[in-house]
Amino acid sequence: MTDPVITATNLTVRYTIGHGLLTKKAYLNAVDDVSLSIDKGSFFGLVGESGSGKTTLGRALLRAAPITAGEVIYRDDEVRYDLRALSKQQMKDYRKRAQLIFQDPYAALSPRMTVRDIIAEPLEVMGLTRTREETDARVREIAAKCRLNLEHLRRFPHAFSGGQRQRISIARALVSGPRFVVADESVAALDVSIQADVLNLLKAIQRDMGISFLFISHDLSVVAHVCDHVAVMYLGQLVETAPTRALFARPRHPYTSALLSAIPSLDPDDAGNAQKLEGEIPSPADPPPGCKFNSRCPFARERCRLEAPALRELAPDHFGACHFSEEFDFSRGGATGSAKGLQQA
Amino acid sequence: MTTPLISVKDLTIRFRTDEGLITAVEDVSFDILPGQVMGLVGESGSGKSVTAKALMQLNAGNTRYDPASKILLDRPEREPLDVLSLKRDRDLRVVRGGAISMIFQEPMASFAPAITVGEQMVEQLLIHTAMSRVQAKALSIEMLDRVGIPDAGRRFGQYAFEFSGGMRQRAMIAMALSTKPRLLIADEPTTALDVTIQAQVIDLMKDLVSDFGMAILFITHDLGVIAQTADKVAVMYLGRIVEKGTVRQVIKTPLHPYTQGLLNALPKINDLEAELTPVPGDIPSPLDRPPGCVFNTRCPVAIAGVCTTQVPRYSEGEGGRKVACHLVERHQAEAVAT
Repeated sequence: MTDPVITATNLTVRYTIGHGLLTKKAYLNAVDDVSLSIDKGSFFGLVGESGSGKTTLGRALLRAAPITAGEVIYRDDEVRYDLRALSKQQMKDYRKRAQLIFQDPYAALSPRMTVRDIIAEPLEVMGLTRTREETDARVREIAAKCRLNLEHLRRFPHAFSGGQRQRISIARALVSGPRFVVADESVAALDVSIQADVLNLLKAIQRDMGISFLFISHDLSVVAHVCDHVAVMYLGQLVETAPTRALFARPRHPYTSALLSAIPSLDPDDAGNAQKLEGEIPSPADPPPGCKFNSRCPFARERCRLEAPALRELAPDHFGACHFSEEFDFSRGGATGSAKGLQQA
Repeated sequence: MTTPLISVKDLTIRFRTDEGLITAVEDVSFDILPGQVMGLVGESGSGKSVTAKALMQLNAGNTRYDPASKILLDRPEREPLDVLSLKRDRDLRVVRGGAISMIFQEPMASFAPAITVGEQMVEQLLIHTAMSRVQAKALSIEMLDRVGIPDAGRRFGQYAFEFSGGMRQRAMIAMALSTKPRLLIADEPTTALDVTIQAQVIDLMKDLVSDFGMAILFITHDLGVIAQTADKVAVMYLGRIVEKGTVRQVIKTPLHPYTQGLLNALPKINDLEAELTPVPGDIPSPLDRPPGCVFNTRCPVAIAGVCTTQVPRYSEGEGGRKVACHLVERHQAEAVAT
């Protein structure tokens, strides 16, 4: 945590819901008081179920969602921006430095533009190149990095498979030379063999170009393989953040542990005896009091319904938001045993 | 020997398109026994959904089934019924929603948005059974309750958009099972769901198999889901079954290079050090099917002059295991020779 590219402090994104004439205004905190920092050159994973606020958080860090409260600081070798106080000029500049890769490579590319034009568009819109030759050179360079050849550049997106399309969207996101990229479920729509290919490409780009990634995914096994740091989100809040290895070796929050044990094992003899989560994620418009996870937590006690736990450092660089992190071992296998022990107690 | 509930023999399916005749499925054969769960895995474009839909003749109007193809459905006390011989929609009702039900990946797209979930459940019961409306409603509510939907009586009167994703998929399952089908086709039923909800739906389906004794054809691209649900599995590539066997055989000791490739590409939570190795190249267009073994263009161990020209036969292994690969065939021949 020495040299962060992004530092968010108490970040909240609030949306207004149900503002009819007669109904009372209600609010929903899609992102609720989140603090995190992403190191330079890091591959930072963000996981959670749908509705947990991952995408909103990612977009807030790009200033593509409104920041209601808190602070987000972006910093690289050249500039330091406070995202809530960007001038128009700074905003334009930030768009070059921070980019987004979308989930669905079929929806993200215009069917009426050639691949060359798709990749060149950000350069032209942002005015990064002066001549057509310069643009072409830049497009060719970035296309090569994403393993697209010159032949590909003349074609239209419909001629490409899902994996190739995703490489095109990656090239488009990288062409402006960003320092920070949010990849939002960028492999979720792909077949496993293509998924592996795209993940390897993203890792290579992170290493070679020194770009920091926020990698949003619901798939913990993918995150485990590519990310060096992981944050777990539930109902708009971070419940745990740690270096990947530490998180998977010993999850300190029961939600992380439940997510881990829900991954279907490749071993047919491993008859998922681990703890399963009951029910579904509650509506963020009406979160449970106390710890937001208490309605589904097998370990929940009276205190969890009254008092919201704060994110605290439980081991070096390992943060968790659970009242009972020290008391119970949430790691796989041990979880069921402790839960039973708790009921007896 | 138990009679298979459904027996697919030499199924070949082509689509007539503007660009010519496209082969989507070629020489596919498999049996499913009563109470058995069979997984069908493969990448998009491998023909798994087309195969499954053929069991109910749900493919589009431009579909051509090869005359030699047979899909035999076992009937009590009678000769097996060849599903592909049925031409009229009226005759197909015995199969569609009768002997076979299907659930889909996107439950929101499968329910009519302007009719209550309950009304849709009742409607199909009135078509397929001799029940009265009152009985149909009672059964529908009972089924909703059975799949774990809380407050089933109230949910019965709601619309699909009022349900969450997981609940919609449960309702879909309840609806598919209420006619007591003997085979349930589940086409990527958990793909759109979160892992936690996926785990719940998988548990539910396992319970239902043991309670109702029906068979399931489970289509998915997720080998982990297959490992946790299926008894046996067939791996499809470009319209052909390249390997089939029990789940344990295929996942623990994959023999076909494609199955091996799929497993190597999969991130494994227990082994974070393992490199992710993609299967090289892209799946060829069905308009441009490679001659010989369909996988030869991406196969790391293809034998020049053999795999590119001859279609591999199935080599038999222990326990009914089958693999279509020239290399496996050679190894077996060498093992016999020595």
